[in-house]
Formats: sequence, C-alpha cells, structure tokens
Amino acid sequence: MLDVKAGDEVSFELLLRKYRGPLVNFLARMVRDQGTAEELAQEVFLRVYRARKEYAPSAKFTTWMFRIASNLALNSLRDGRHRQMEISMDQPVEIGDDEAPAWEVADRRPGVEQELIARDRAARIQRAVAELPEKQRAAVLLHKYQELDYDEIARILECSEAALKSLLFRAYETLRVQLAPLVGAALSVKAHHEAGREKRSQ
Amino acid sequence: MNCEKIESKWIAYLDGKASAADRREVEAHLAACAACTERAGEYRALFGVLDEMPQIAPSDSFDAAVRARVAAAVPARGAWRWIVPSPRLAFAASCLLVLSIWSASRPTEIEPLTVASTASTPVTQTASEAEFRMINDLPVLENYDVLSNFEALSDLPATPAVQPASHM
Repeated sequence: MLDVKAGDEVSFELLLRKYRGPLVNFLARMVRDQGTAEELAQEVFLRVYRARKEYAPSAKFTTWMFRIASNLALNSLRDGRHRQMEISMDQPVEIGDDEAPAWEVADRRPGVEQELIARDRAARIQRAVAELPEKQRAAVLLHKYQELDYDEIARILECSEAALKSLLFRAYETLRVQLAPLVGAALSVKAHHEAGREKRSQ
Repeated sequence: MNCEKIESKWIAYLDGKASAADRREVEAHLAACAACTERAGEYRALFGVLDEMPQIAPSDSFDAAVRARVAAAVPARGAWRWIVPSPRLAFAASCLLVLSIWSASRPTEIEPLTVASTASTPVTQTASEAEFRMINDLPVLENYDVLSNFEALSDLPATPAVQPASHM
C-alpha cells in the first residue's frame, strides 16, 4: 500500500488482484447480492485509490480496507436501496422428488446426488449466516472467513474487543442452533470415524 | 466458574488464543460440566460446517470496471489542474511579474545627445586608434597580396616579408 501511496500504479494492480476475492466475498455475504457486492467492492477500491495519499501505515491495510467495505455494506443495507435487487442466492435448494427441477430428477448418478446434497448444505449455511443480525454477520465473516485478529475486527466494527467476543459468541450460538442438523451429522460422522479408529487399533 | 461466565471466554478458547489463565479456567469448567463439554464439541463441528460455504468469485468484468472507475476519477482531477498551476510554473510566472514591475518602475535615463563626445573613455580611444591603423595599412596589405601572388616573382629567392613593401 505504501507503494500505491507513492504513486505506483503496478502496486495498485497487485492490491486489486490480492483483495478483490476476499472483498467481493465479504460484501456478497453482507448485502446478499453479488451484483451489489461488486459495485460496492469497486467503490472500496476507488476510495482506496483516492485516499492513498492519506494512508497511515499505523493501521493495517486490511483493517482500513474492510472498515471502508463494512461501512459501505452497512449503509447500503440501512438505505435498503438494494433489498429489492436481492437474488435467490440464499434461497434453499429443494431436493425433494416433488420439488426438484426435471433435469435434477432425471439424473440419478451418485455423483450428482452428492453434488445436490452439498449444494443443499451450502445453501443452508448461507441462509443461516445471512439471517444473522448485520453486525454479528460482519463479525463472523471477518473472523471465520477472513481470519482477522480480534483487535482488527474490533477496529473495523468500531467496538471493544470484549464487545466483539460477545458479538461472536452470540452469532456462533445462533448458528449452532440454526445448523443443528448439520452440526449433529458432523458429530455423528466424527464419532463414527473415531469408533472405527479405535476398533482398528484393538 | 459457571456456564454463563464461561461464555465470554468461549471464542478465544476455541480459537486457541485464550491466555493461559483463561484456558485453565475453561478446562476446569469443562471437566466438571458435561453440557458445556458437549457444547464445545458442537462449536468445533460448527466451525467445520461453516467451511463448506462456497466462495464467490468476482465476475470477469470486475477488474475492468475498477480500472474504468479509477481512470474516470483521475481525469476529473486533471481537468481542473489548469486552474491551479504547477509550483514551477507559478514560480516562473511570479519572477516574470516581479521583473516586469521592477523594470517598469525604474527611472528612465535619457542620454544627452552630443554631437562629439569630448569625454570618450580610453578604451574607446584605443579601439579607434587600432581601427585607424588597420585602415591605413590596408593598401600595403593589398599590395602584399598582389606581390605574393605575382607569378613572375615566384622564381626569385625568398626575401623577408617586409621587403616587397619597402620597394613600393
């Protein structure tokens, strides 16, 4: 970022390539619409470019960038301008025989079934995350998917570390309840594997 | 420590980032509380489940759109640049302005129109004398050129350069 500040256009390109994925992912999960997320991500890069002269190396670049992104996402959600544009990204994928589209029913190969199950699980997870309150959602996305430190997330969300930990606890507690079937299944699989391992060792 | 008090320490504990004292406290509680032990297992499983969320790739046109927006922002700033001159240009213009004002405010010295300057400087005098001498010697030089290029004299033995002039 210091090179970008010095007017190096190539460094801005590197910055763009490095952070476009994390940024679009974060914003898409926040605003629940990829088109809007990309518009906001473009705005983030534009603001980063415009404000490069004022960038202070005292703050980590990711903190600065995600703070801009987080504010833009929260403002966008509050404005409600993009609510009507939300696409079916978070809609559940029905895999029941009666509700599945014809092309899915026609193909009964195990690979396709596995893919449909995986899609259903992914859709449930997306929905559970999307239903979290905005700030909890941002906290989970930055903690779980961007793997930022507590102090960084606290700065981005403008709260204390203690408040952040409380926010994260409430969010994960909600997710634990919402995704109980998936969590239960994961635990069963784990228990099954452990039992098998013990049997083999005896 | 009871189940409620442990809530503030769950996240750091599960992340492996709890302080040694907090970790000991949580572990002591888990050893005594079956419900929280089960819960810890569920949180760990939940973190694994959340990993299944698919990543969203930016569209192919994303980079181009960012570049276009940045490029659109740069000329907007440049369009106004002509109003605010660069520091070098501003300095040069200021110098020119100061010089113009100074030369305009300077009193003009009108030299007296004299027909023959009686108080000519020695330098001018010396130059005039040298000029006069050159003009005076001009015919000699012309004659010397004629004599030195005269073919009939080429057979004669070499004589000092002053000699032809003395024959005149």
